[in-house]
Amino acid sequence: MHTLDDLPDGHEGVLGELHVADDIGARLMEMGFVPGARVVATHCAPSGDPRVFQVDGSAIALRRETARRLSLRPTP
Amino acid sequence: MSACHECALAAPASNGRGRVPAVAVVGPPNSGKSTLFNRLTGLRQKVANFPGVTVEHRVGRARLTGNRAVDLVDLPGTYSLEPRSDDERITRDVLLGRRPEVQRPEAIILVLDATNLGRQLMLAPAVLALGLPTLVVLNMADDLRRRGGRLDPGALAQQLGATVTLTSATTGEGVETVQRFLAGRFAVPSRLELPVLQNIPACRLWAGRVADQSDYRPPLPAAWTHRLDSIVLHPVAGPLIFLGVVLAVFQGMFGAAAPLSDLIETLVRTASRWTGAIAPAGFARDLLVQGAWAGVGSVLVFLPQIMVLFLFIGVLEDSGYLARAALIADRTMARVGLQGKSFIPLLSAYACAVPAVMATRTIENRRDRLATILIAPFMTCAARLPVYTLIIAAFLPNRPLLGPLFGTRAAALLGLYVLGFVAAIGTARLLRSTILKSDRAPFVLELPPYRWPTFRSLGLRLVDRGKAFLTRAGTIILGVSVGLWFLCHLPRLDGHAPAITQSVAGTMGRAIEPAIRPLGFDWKIGIGIVTSLAAREVIVGTLGTIHGVEGGQSSLGLQRALRQDLTAGGAVALLVFFAFAMQCLSTIAVVRRETGGWKYPVLQFSYMLTLAYVGALLANVLVSRLVS
Repeated sequence: MHTLDDLPDGHEGVLGELHVADDIGARLMEMGFVPGARVVATHCAPSGDPRVFQVDGSAIALRRETARRLSLRPTP
Repeated sequence: MSACHECALAAPASNGRGRVPAVAVVGPPNSGKSTLFNRLTGLRQKVANFPGVTVEHRVGRARLTGNRAVDLVDLPGTYSLEPRSDDERITRDVLLGRRPEVQRPEAIILVLDATNLGRQLMLAPAVLALGLPTLVVLNMADDLRRRGGRLDPGALAQQLGATVTLTSATTGEGVETVQRFLAGRFAVPSRLELPVLQNIPACRLWAGRVADQSDYRPPLPAAWTHRLDSIVLHPVAGPLIFLGVVLAVFQGMFGAAAPLSDLIETLVRTASRWTGAIAPAGFARDLLVQGAWAGVGSVLVFLPQIMVLFLFIGVLEDSGYLARAALIADRTMARVGLQGKSFIPLLSAYACAVPAVMATRTIENRRDRLATILIAPFMTCAARLPVYTLIIAAFLPNRPLLGPLFGTRAAALLGLYVLGFVAAIGTARLLRSTILKSDRAPFVLELPPYRWPTFRSLGLRLVDRGKAFLTRAGTIILGVSVGLWFLCHLPRLDGHAPAITQSVAGTMGRAIEPAIRPLGFDWKIGIGIVTSLAAREVIVGTLGTIHGVEGGQSSLGLQRALRQDLTAGGAVALLVFFAFAMQCLSTIAVVRRETGGWKYPVLQFSYMLTLAYVGALLANVLVSRLVS
């Protein structure tokens, strides 16, 4: 399990690094995707993309192409 | 009377209201900022665009006790004041008093969603650092309590060095505290040690600590929202619900709004006939009856569709479903370089591009919003139907293809729908790889918890949109309609209106004949193209007038006359021309208003006209070859 995109629905992970440009990273961090944040994958759009994540008290939808760039910390 | 008389005088009094202090309303998206703004100002508000950008702000006057009033400025929702987007840059500039169109605010109301305080507090340091008197409003207090959360506003106030109050803008709880703040003397807050603003993770940690020390217990997750999402986003049920909503919107625009539009047309016609009966005959009467009343009619006829569309959008947005619909549509829309939120506006463009362009306001991303506005007029709107039906009926004999209901004529009509759709997709791709390329913002969509929409909020929204359309676009549409009437009724001959062929419009139609001859059009079609700039279906009536037959799409006389004027190639070319050309001054007026300048409407009109011309030329040449 390496990126947020690999997190199955109903599972939780801890966010690692954001492999995106600075301004996009800032936008994502403002929405709660801060390194170290606990993220739960909750739903998918019926077509499978985008996906919905529970992070920092809100539900945020990201396309898989974006989720793929957010790494997860290895589970202990 | 003013608590801050000196600052009010020092502020740039550009809007002519110098004495009334301005207070900015700031907050992240979905914090209920606009609901609070509506609560405080009621209907005394106006919407304005910042020039050159698709960002708008609303200014509303809040009347308070002691004969005092303040002008509230509702700014776009932002998560930060770092100038990364137009919204953020403008919010920051307004707060710093750098926008000449807005009076420099003397105080700030910072609206935060109390159910998600940890994250929402991240905006507070940047706002408080501006040094203006600030009231921190923790909104959705009712939600917080209902879901088992709590908070000590006093403790939070101490940590922020600003007054804090719990409110619920939807129920009205705590609104009087906000009014008291606005009515009182704005005290400057004590400056506090603030975290490093650029470092978001550190800012988040600070916000979490502040929330903890304010005895904040976040509410339990909205269980209902999670359960509903499992249904709404279900692989089978989800698309079915989505389809149901789409059909309801479509049915509403055509089924519910169309009879209302007809009713308005009848009323306006009656009113104009009544005016004609009492006014003395002459030029003034003709102008009043045919020009002004018809112009009013052409504005009002849009109102039912706009109201119905915004009623639907209001219910969808306030309930939280609009975000889910955008999520479901996103995959498909992404293929053409758009995003899920473009779907509802483009769908409504099938009824009319005017409300569709207004509906793009729900798209926060500037690039996606512009792209949606630019392609919306390609969708086959209701005004094209009479033109299509007339020409198809005149030139294509109806033969059954698939059963008795789907014949050659239905197939041709369907083909024209597809043609417009394909042009829209192609244009979206083109825009994505040219002028709207630079924006790389990813699709990030917050799904708010489901809520019951309130009548108050829906009603205010409808009035707001209706008023915005009438005052901002309606005036241009009215002016254009009257202008076109002049073109059709001048110069006067012997005190009488000229025959349409002798009028300025007729001269223009004849003047453009050399340009449109290669498309297979003669001067009569040319006049129709000029007059139909008012609305596409006007060409039917104009051609009827020129040929001296009763106009109407089913008129056999007009069909016979058209077969004399047009070859088969010219007929197909005319269909293609109407499919592509932005033959609608109302849409141009609305695009100008919504994009804050002439740049995009001019670009759009030229692009669509070029495409229409080339398309029609090709159609004429190809079909003429095929037939001969």
